Amino acid sequence: MGFFNKIKQGLKKTAQLLNTDVRDLFKSQGRLVDDGFLEELLGVLIKTDMGVQAAGAIVEETGSKYRARVMQMDELLCTVKTKLKSLLVQDEAPIRFAPEGPTVIMVAGVNGAGKTTSIAKLTSLFQSQGKRVVLGAADTFRAAAVEQLTIWANRLGAQIVRGEPNSDPASVAHRAVALAIESKADVCIVDTAGRLQTQQNLMQQLTKIHRVIGKQIPAAPHEVLLVLDATTGQNGISQAKHFTEAVHCTGIVLAKLDGTAKGGVVVAIREQVGLPVKYVGVGERPEDLTLFVPDEFVEALFEDLTTAPAI
Amino acid sequence: MFDSLQAGLTSALKTLRGKGKLSESNMREGLGLVQKALLEADVSFSVVKDFIGRVSEKALGEKVLSALDPSQQVVGIVHQELIDLMGPVDHSLHLQPGVTVLMLCGLQGSGKTTTCGKLGRLINERGRKPLLVAADLQRPAAIEQLHVIGGQLGLEVYSEPGAKDPVAVCQNAVKHARQVGANVVLLDTAGRLHIDDELMEQLKQIDRRVSPEQVYLVVDGMTGQDAVNSAKAFNEALELDGVIMTKLDGDARGGAVLSVKQVTGVPIKFIGTGEHLDALQEFHPERMAQRILGMGDILTLVEQAQQKFDSDEMAKQEERLRKGEFTLDDFRKQLGMTKKLGPMNKIMGMIPGMGGLTEMMGDMDAEGDMKRLEGIIDSMTPAERRNPSKIVDQSRRRRIAAGAGVEPHEVNELVKQFDGMASIMKELGSLGMRDRVRKVQELQRGLANPNAQLQKPKLGTGKRLSSEERAKLRKQREKDLRRRKREAKKSQ
Ligand SMILES: Nc1nc2c(ncn2[C@@H]2O[C@H](COP(=O)(O)OP(=O)(O)OP(=O)(O)O)[C@@H](O)[C@H]2O)c(=O)[nH]1
Ligand SMILES: Nc1nc2c(ncn2[C@@H]2O[C@H](COP(=O)(O)OP(=O)(O)OP(=O)(O)O)[C@@H](O)[C@H]2O)c(=O)[nH]1
Ligand SMILES: [Mg+2]
Ligand SMILES: [Mg+2]
Repeated sequence: MGFFNKIKQGLKKTAQLLNTDVRDLFKSQGRLVDDGFLEELLGVLIKTDMGVQAAGAIVEETGSKYRARVMQMDELLCTVKTKLKSLLVQDEAPIRFAPEGPTVIMVAGVNGAGKTTSIAKLTSLFQSQGKRVVLGAADTFRAAAVEQLTIWANRLGAQIVRGEPNSDPASVAHRAVALAIESKADVCIVDTAGRLQTQQNLMQQLTKIHRVIGKQIPAAPHEVLLVLDATTGQNGISQAKHFTEAVHCTGIVLAKLDGTAKGGVVVAIREQVGLPVKYVGVGERPEDLTLFVPDEFVEALFEDLTTAPAI
Repeated sequence: MFDSLQAGLTSALKTLRGKGKLSESNMREGLGLVQKALLEADVSFSVVKDFIGRVSEKALGEKVLSALDPSQQVVGIVHQELIDLMGPVDHSLHLQPGVTVLMLCGLQGSGKTTTCGKLGRLINERGRKPLLVAADLQRPAAIEQLHVIGGQLGLEVYSEPGAKDPVAVCQNAVKHARQVGANVVLLDTAGRLHIDDELMEQLKQIDRRVSPEQVYLVVDGMTGQDAVNSAKAFNEALELDGVIMTKLDGDARGGAVLSVKQVTGVPIKFIGTGEHLDALQEFHPERMAQRILGMGDILTLVEQAQQKFDSDEMAKQEERLRKGEFTLDDFRKQLGMTKKLGPMNKIMGMIPGMGGLTEMMGDMDAEGDMKRLEGIIDSMTPAERRNPSKIVDQSRRRRIAAGAGVEPHEVNELVKQFDGMASIMKELGSLGMRDRVRKVQELQRGLANPNAQLQKPKLGTGKRLSSEERAKLRKQREKDLRRRKREAKKSQ
């Protein structure tokens, strides 16, 4: 099942939550573009979490182009969607695999975003591509975080390197990469403890983990994925900025997009930080991960504006 | 651009403040900026619209327009509206005689299990016996996680390894509580989406079968516009009794708190301010509103200070301040005490008027700077510390710099800044708490130049003054002079 279908399925469940005001806005053949109209449009855009800056710019442009004219729904949405799609254009291949030796992927993000679960999903994905995966459980801080990843490793049949509670996470990462090299694994994924981007010492610890990995394989970590909770609002921008500063993130895994949140903050992130979304999490099972497809994502942002409620 | 709701509103309100009399049009402009700041802060769009509507209605009342300082009043109205929206408070857990059951629910990863531990700790401290119940049978190692937390706190955790039905686990847990004499049962339920009918039904089952006295929704403080949807759905399914908002220790603007309050109508009970199990604070709307308005969370600061400061030292400092004494020695002590409070940028955000500074500080190494300041002061003689600007000349400056391992100009800067600060501190010291807050707010208004606070307020330099202003200043100077003479006489 593709990303689009999964999203659609999620949206079906949300029929009762549809923004009726939005459908009213576009119901008639066309409406005079005036202050009220633009304010409603702003509301529609804001509700995606794309932020005031992006939403404001779109509203402003709509105003200057169409004010005092009668607008068709399709016309307006086309403009907006086209704009967003072109903003979100990105490489097709999400992961740059190392030409030889293991590909090391470091996973970071704020508390409870979905890092550990996303690692389970990535593991399952790589395994389905015939790759062998070694996991590094470098969250030695949170209660039972190592156990959590261990359970996933056992379920998926991946090798795992564990750290003692409160031991140095960098040394766990080091051992995981060493095992991956020694056992000629294809991929090594390192889990890290959740941390808020404002915690300087914890961010430095993350930088250290990154550095230690790079000492073993100069090009590693080949990918640094920031896991972002799709319900996150504008704080996502700060997360993207600070994690990128600390560990040079290469992309985002947008978790929990199976809820009613739109995850539109990634639009602002792309605009302001340049970080692309690579994968999307749509559930709690290992198979609930799909590639991020910008066009489909943009369609889904406005999905409940255009489809009739499925009751 | 705005790094916090606070910064956003501060700048929005600054433009309101600058504008003498309030007209309908410049108020609209200012309120537009307030709207923007609230949206930047993740307050739900509809809540923002309501809010702006109410504020502009009130502000446009005749009283405001004819008032002496209308902008001040708009600030007051914005402030009051924010408080009204987030209140009233009810921090009580409504513990009953006998066994009380509290249930925590919420979306995945919002912080339920951690909060369960935090509440258990709080309840235990208050002399009751909590029982933590692992009712999340879904997430890998969720039971283990609660056991680790319980172990850290020395609290009993109830779990049934291999169980499949969380409803039964909760029922059995209540029975178990009665047997072991625990009187508060804390149910840690699995995270779930509000649109997952099956799991929401399961939650309702627990609610029906166990009838918890209190049901709390645990909400991630970083949540965006979706907060209204999930909070509404949980409230409809369960009739919530309270909300706990977590992860407010970062730079999240926390506007979701307004949204959740609006759609559920239930009190915000606590906020989570860290991963550690003591990082739970009672929610205070005034503080949140003040913080939102850039006045800083002085009350929180005071509270934390009371916990961590050496209270004797505080009393001594207060006394000296009241007497108008403030030397580098005092400053040095305050630096030391400030360090105990936590990371500098966190503290700065809580000091009135310093909110804007945290943003400007950015990556600045505040801790490092504090160390250098301490180093400089430590390298001074007692006499130099008492009267730095008089005694510290070039050669002393060089000696001190060498001792502290800094550049001589840094010593110079400290001496100059201290001069400005000392005069402000002395003034503040003579005021009561309430006036002190007002004074700091006044100072904050001059915050366009953040250093302005630290420079000695010089009168009549550079700026061209009108003749009235000059006359006023002259009068003030004469008055000051008379007062000083009087005081000098008295102390003889
Ligand atoms: N619905 C849904 N839930 C998810 C998704 N990804 C993760 N979760 C759930 O979110 C919760 C937190 O996930 P974790 O993987 O433990 O998050 P984390 O970032 O590792 O958390 P910390 O290590 O504590 O910082 C768990 O209950 C997961 O099952 C997703 O895509 N959709
Ligand atoms: N910084 C910070 N982290 C917190 C706070 N509360 C919880 N956390 C962290 O957030 C993450 C998720 O917390 P949990 O308690 O596991 O969340 P949960 O709601 O039980 O998650 P699920 O059971 O998977 O739905 C963990 O890493 C916690 O340490 C808080 O107030 N501040
Ligand atoms: Mg984790
Ligand atoms: Mg939990």
